[in-house]
Amino acid sequence: MIGMQRKWVAHLFLILGVVVTAFPLYLAFIASTHDAATIGRGRMPLLPGHYGVDNYEQAWSVGSGERVNGTPVRITMWNSFLMALAIVVGKVVVSALTAYAVVYFRFPLRDFFFWLIFITLMLPLEVRIIPTYKVVSDLRLINTFTGLTLPLMVSATGTLLFRQVFLTIPRELLEAAKVDGAGPLRCLWSVVLPVSTPGMAALSVILFLYGWNQYLWPLLITTDRKLDTVAIGLARMLGNAEGLMDWNVVMAATILTSTIPTGVVIFMHRWLVQGLIEVSK
Amino acid sequence: MDLKLRVVSVLLGILVVTLGMVMVGETRVEVEFWHAMGGALGEITAGVVEKFNNSQNEYYVKATHKGSYIETMSAAIAAYRAGEAPHIVQVYEVGTGTMIAAGEAIYPVHELMVDTGVPFDPQVYIAPVKGYYSFADGRMASMPFNSSTAVLWYNKDIFRRLGFDPTQPPKTWPELRDVARKIASSGAAKIGFSCTWLSWTQFEQFAAIHDLPFATKTNGFEGMDAELLLDHPLFLRHVQTLIDMKKEGSFTYGGRDSAPGPLFLSQEAALLMESSALLPRAVREAQFDWGITYMPYYDDFIAEPKNSIIGGASLWVMKRPDATPEHYKAVAEFFRFLSQPENDADWHMATGYVPVTVKGYEVAQARGHYQKNPGADIPILQLMRPGSTPNTRGLRLGNLPSIRVAIYEEVEKALEGAQGAEETIKNIVERGNAILREFEAMYQ
Amino acid sequence: MTKVSAVFPNKVLPYLLVTPQLTLTIIFFIWPSLQALYQSFTASDPFGVKTRFVGLKNFRDIFTDPYYWHSVRLSFVFALQVSLFVMAVALLLAFMAKNPLRGATVYKVFLLWPYALAPVTTAILWVFMFQPSIGIVATVLRYMGLTWNHTLHGGQALLLLILASVWKQIGYNFVFFLAALHSVPKSFLEAAAVDGASSSQIFTRILFPLASPTTFFLLVMNVIFSFFDTFGIIDTLTKGGPAKATETMCYRLFVDGFKSFLINRSAAQSAVLMLFVMILTALQFRFLQHRVHYE
Repeated sequence: MIGMQRKWVAHLFLILGVVVTAFPLYLAFIASTHDAATIGRGRMPLLPGHYGVDNYEQAWSVGSGERVNGTPVRITMWNSFLMALAIVVGKVVVSALTAYAVVYFRFPLRDFFFWLIFITLMLPLEVRIIPTYKVVSDLRLINTFTGLTLPLMVSATGTLLFRQVFLTIPRELLEAAKVDGAGPLRCLWSVVLPVSTPGMAALSVILFLYGWNQYLWPLLITTDRKLDTVAIGLARMLGNAEGLMDWNVVMAATILTSTIPTGVVIFMHRWLVQGLIEVSK
Repeated sequence: MDLKLRVVSVLLGILVVTLGMVMVGETRVEVEFWHAMGGALGEITAGVVEKFNNSQNEYYVKATHKGSYIETMSAAIAAYRAGEAPHIVQVYEVGTGTMIAAGEAIYPVHELMVDTGVPFDPQVYIAPVKGYYSFADGRMASMPFNSSTAVLWYNKDIFRRLGFDPTQPPKTWPELRDVARKIASSGAAKIGFSCTWLSWTQFEQFAAIHDLPFATKTNGFEGMDAELLLDHPLFLRHVQTLIDMKKEGSFTYGGRDSAPGPLFLSQEAALLMESSALLPRAVREAQFDWGITYMPYYDDFIAEPKNSIIGGASLWVMKRPDATPEHYKAVAEFFRFLSQPENDADWHMATGYVPVTVKGYEVAQARGHYQKNPGADIPILQLMRPGSTPNTRGLRLGNLPSIRVAIYEEVEKALEGAQGAEETIKNIVERGNAILREFEAMYQ
Repeated sequence: MTKVSAVFPNKVLPYLLVTPQLTLTIIFFIWPSLQALYQSFTASDPFGVKTRFVGLKNFRDIFTDPYYWHSVRLSFVFALQVSLFVMAVALLLAFMAKNPLRGATVYKVFLLWPYALAPVTTAILWVFMFQPSIGIVATVLRYMGLTWNHTLHGGQALLLLILASVWKQIGYNFVFFLAALHSVPKSFLEAAAVDGASSSQIFTRILFPLASPTTFFLLVMNVIFSFFDTFGIIDTLTKGGPAKATETMCYRLFVDGFKSFLINRSAAQSAVLMLFVMILTALQFRFLQHRVHYE
């Protein structure tokens, strides 16, 4: 139905879009393979250089150079990985339990609880940042991994998504399990959750990126460099963004820390897309 | 098997714990020290602390780098609110007003020294350092640590190329403007003149050198109800000069804080007004012959410029619920250690900050530091100029960092051509006073 | 609330199931929010030594501050610019990709790539291209006779911020538009084609109206993104400067609270933003309910 010509136009536009999205990353990769002086001269090459191994080595295990003062990427990536993982696991467990209660039980205050949780969806961390900080500091959780992750597990996104998914599960499945003598927890574990795996996977991908990319919260909660996350480590390296900086190392760190989200997009883009759309329902 | 494993692991655990106790436990009193010295300065700071820790075995200072000055201060304030303030925190000079106003949250150094019985003589510190960190009546509030002052850096190679005498750098603003214009128009450097920390170099230092008050109430020392006095005609004239220099191409604004520093090191800018603490970086990075000279002044306004004021930071002692007299004794001993002439001179020579004690300066002199590094004594000589007045003591204004931001913003607008000098000064004074009133209101 | 008959009769278990989420919500959300509200009516020094009730003073202070209104205006202008820009580009790309194309997945992955990256990474990539003395784009602009220095020129700083934000959000918008376009029944399009409608007519008369619930949803999401999720980009790219040119409401709140130690004034700003988010969410919720009705 669609002619060759129009297909050609579509490809052209999309390729243009891809070039625009990929160019900054390409440039970062090129910069990560040259020495600082080449970049500092202000004539950015467009083809890779020969310093790649050194730069990546420096970013990975030192994180600092003559004109850059950061945290080794191996530390920040590990921290971000743990943080993202903890947030994924925490959120999935907590939201699944809540959604299960809301969908399959009738109990006083059910609607009230649901709404209470729903309003968390409305308020981004940014607007209640200072008192939240106060609470965390009162609980003596500043500069701890718990303080870093626990408050980020509060969100209604997961609960809403699970509720959506659970509502589509045919009641007969549960009734059958009940007839076989399964209790509510047994039903959750062996009937409801297995059916919800795709939704769970999609949610996990979104949450993982959410956790991996956190900035403001770690910025406030951690001052201990051992707890620096990817975003904090990069921001530290960037400093004043001077022309003379060791851009080569910064860019090596940028590329290294982008590998995980990039991997997620490449290998799990189906889940990611599904997750984005499901969460919005 | 299982049981055996468990027994072994328990034993191992006990061993590790015991070893750990033997290694770090002892009975040393440990105090927390948060600082903002990153990179090379951070290593030097760590070295100083280690030297103190090794010099005795009763006290142990645990130094932690907490990020930039503002981050360090933020962290300390938040920690105080949570009852976990560090015993010692490094606060930049513009945070002094906020710290002094903190009242019961801080432990003034003069009190600390009396309470702990550690000998302490405020007279050993050079005047502008002591002045900045003292109460109005002269009692010291915090411990001087890293102090610098603003100086004019210039590129001798470029001077030579244009036939200027590299030993005769510009002394006055008209001279500076002339030189900068020639440099820029000849293309010898892309930028004639630039400056870092605009508020500090063009307003705060400028006021002291010209013996002008920055604010009423003796620059805020006498009370929180101070008001900015930046509407003096000389400030107006100076802002106009900067605008004109920008227009004629002899001045280029290179951004806030220390951002323009690299412009000098990469030879893009031939003249740079910047902290004397650029020194270690200049030694390491500048691949050209550079010089340091005094800050320029308007010779038709003042014949003999006054001393400049300091920048940098000092050490504050903070109260925390679980601190014992022993902890404070440790702090006092650490402070005494820092003020010893030898240690002061070591710090000065390694970092480019000025010595905070007169004796420290003499030690550096005796070691031949200024013969080896010509110009390294300019900042000290500029700070120790005789005839200091209440205008050259420093600033004690609440929330000075916000006032600096207002100055940046208004001057940036002027340099972009969005407003004239008069409007700039008017806005600075209005906004600055609003900030001061806001600060005052917090403590009513 | 959906009408679902209970499956399990347990009386205690459901409470146990909601406890973890409820506890976290109360500790880290409800309590701090109430605290923020309380703080917005008090005045205290940075160290919290003295605190007193001041009524509406903090609100009066921010609402009489022209710079606060500047940040409000800026936030809305910025949000609108980002939203319109990103939606226009994403819709165009989605329209191009709506028919089966070879390599469609590759396109999708590439377009989604920036979305997956941290805001800080986005900022670094863009500052590197536009850094006044070494950035490749800044250099090219210089050759063209244009001076680029976003550390000096407010307009340029804002433009850079918009470009970086749009770049980051294109993939997200693309995915939704594509899904919306795919959900348009084939028969509509075929009928239109038989009637001899041009592709631009198909686009404006059929596809766009049918995709409008998505458009509205994305508008809200993009506005929320511009208001809140750009914090990391702003903090690394411009720090709100120069001369407040990029100081959005959210960034100002942070500066007041954590850099100027005006905690109460910052709390008052939180309260204002809370109200704004509530209105947005209510609007969206109402709208979504409508959508459910029509489907």
